Amino acid sequence: MNPTVTAFRALVRKDLALFIRDRRAVVVSIVTPICIAGFFGFLFGGNGDNTPVTRVPVAVVDQDDSALSKAIVADLGADQSLAATVMTAEEARGRVASGKLRAAIVFPAGFGDGAARVLAAGGAGGAVKPTVEMLYDPSQSLVRPIVEGLLTQHVMRQVTRDAPPVPFTLKSSAVISGPHYNSYAHSFAGMSVQFILFMSIDAGVTLLLMRQQGVWRRLRAAPLSRTVLLGSRVVGTTLIALAILTAVYLASMLIFGVRIAGSVAGFAAVAVAFAVLAATTGLMIAGVGRSVGATRGLSIFAALILVMLGGAWVPAFLFPEWLQNVSQFVPTRWAVDGLDAMTWRGLPFHAALLPVAVMLGWSVLFALIAVWRFDWEGE
Amino acid sequence: MRLVAEHLEKRFGSLVAVEDISFSAEPGAVLGLLGPNGAGKSTTVSMLAGLMRPDRGTVRVGGAALGVGADQTKRCLGLVPQELALLDDLPTRMNLEFFGALYGLAGRALTLRIDAVLELTSLADRALDPPKEFSGGMRRRLNIACALLHEPQILLLDEPTVGVDPQSRNAIFETIEALAGAGRTLVYTTHYMEEVERLCDRVVVIDHGKVLADDTLQGLLARAPVSNMLTLLYDAPPDAEAIAELERLPGITRVELSGLELGVAAADVGTAAPRVLERLAARGFSCRELTSRRANLEDVFLSLTGRSLRDS
Repeated sequence: MNPTVTAFRALVRKDLALFIRDRRAVVVSIVTPICIAGFFGFLFGGNGDNTPVTRVPVAVVDQDDSALSKAIVADLGADQSLAATVMTAEEARGRVASGKLRAAIVFPAGFGDGAARVLAAGGAGGAVKPTVEMLYDPSQSLVRPIVEGLLTQHVMRQVTRDAPPVPFTLKSSAVISGPHYNSYAHSFAGMSVQFILFMSIDAGVTLLLMRQQGVWRRLRAAPLSRTVLLGSRVVGTTLIALAILTAVYLASMLIFGVRIAGSVAGFAAVAVAFAVLAATTGLMIAGVGRSVGATRGLSIFAALILVMLGGAWVPAFLFPEWLQNVSQFVPTRWAVDGLDAMTWRGLPFHAALLPVAVMLGWSVLFALIAVWRFDWEGE
Repeated sequence: MRLVAEHLEKRFGSLVAVEDISFSAEPGAVLGLLGPNGAGKSTTVSMLAGLMRPDRGTVRVGGAALGVGADQTKRCLGLVPQELALLDDLPTRMNLEFFGALYGLAGRALTLRIDAVLELTSLADRALDPPKEFSGGMRRRLNIACALLHEPQILLLDEPTVGVDPQSRNAIFETIEALAGAGRTLVYTTHYMEEVERLCDRVVVIDHGKVLADDTLQGLLARAPVSNMLTLLYDAPPDAEAIAELERLPGITRVELSGLELGVAAADVGTAAPRVLERLAARGFSCRELTSRRANLEDVFLSLTGRSLRDS
């Protein structure tokens, strides 16, 4: 066999052997993302099958005790979106303040009569509207409009009992190409990207350590070109990234029901492109970094920013519009979007091409920076 | 195979690390590069190993100019770095397989070479253990073994005994002597003069990036301004007047007081010792202990640079 090929293979095999023997690295890179992605996936809705609807816990305080207020309280209690409990105003305020309830609705004494007077006046003025007070937990700001909407809906239903019904029926349908939405698919995409980036940081820092420990000096003493030395590093790290991605997605499929609903070839292409991106990121870190400690700290900070902006923690469509536009320039955004496209969105192969092209473009840029900045003669 | 350095020069910014260094190392002999820390030895070795391109000058290996990177001339060279350049988490045999493969060794040829270097460095019974479980001396021996796998004709050893116990140091010396005996060319850098005196056939003294002397060990010792050193230990240090009187004695070239210890450089011990003892006794200084030794490389270095090798 060609001596250069023998050396190249040995360099790649060495990287794989060192990773496999480092139990901590294996656990951190594979088990941790599975656990965290499982948790986030569960929080954001699970796999969509028979998942019970989360009810918003609220208190209802009826100080009026009129026929109207009783009917509205009964409606609120029957609403599938709410877990309504009747209690006193004092108790309700205390439980909202302590975070045990999201909100409390207080019907004041005279509510029924006041509402009847307003309706009888027919909007002609003169009648004072009764005030229904809503107490809410400010940390749950999204709950407020939901509870306000439901309250308005139930009040209107009771006070306009004889009016004609709403002239339409609303039917909500999730539109995706795949069989059904699985929030685990997104969380596994995000966490895979995050922890593979962490692995690539370790790979870069390991190269700095090799320089400190003289191993790099010994490698350079061999008759090997820069292309062989750095290229083998990219291939080794790419294979490790692919191994991690494969292990994490296997677990997501076996345990959490994630499916590649789109193109399998597209998924593979996105996976390989992201693995190359991670490997070149590590190489760039080794090229730009000088001291091990500072490089590790700064790289982890940068990686966290990248995964955050890439939508690995919270889907990018929840970002403000300007941030969504900015995140188009973040390579991890394309990795997460590419993996999402091939899993739960169920898109065909051509949908993987743009993410793959963008990630490979970033990879070339990172590799060029690494080669440009690498201090070859420094020990 | 002959290794020749011709007018090597290397600068790092405004710092001249190596300036016009020339020497040659011959097959079957050990060439010592002696100098204090920071003298330019490691930079010189980096250029000799093809790790660093000289700003000026050439390294010739068997007549061929040495390059960097993938230059195949590097196959003739083996480098033992100053650092313990090992993969600590991998078993010793895997370390050797890896470093051998860098030179294209594979299959049975690699296995045979691994067995041979394990035998040479007395590590055969620890082949399956990782270096992180080894003593400092064993790691140093493995560090050397990794450089011998591809049977280099020229071996560059950069301070190979740092932090090693005397027993392991002897084992390393025996390995080096065996390699020289087998006709290999060895370049040995150190700042320990004892190692040079024990191992080297020829010595290049380097300081501030320049060659101060290039000669055989005997030739260098002959350059020493004195042939003998007397060391006298006193209960109370002799005063300046006494020392000045000793310096005026014929045959005495240098007198140094260090604490209670008085060092006297003399051409002849037999005549100098009684005179020194007599003059100091007359001044009331009673000698507790007297030792003498022949001049060594430390004295040569001192005479060449005006500084002690150890203190530099």
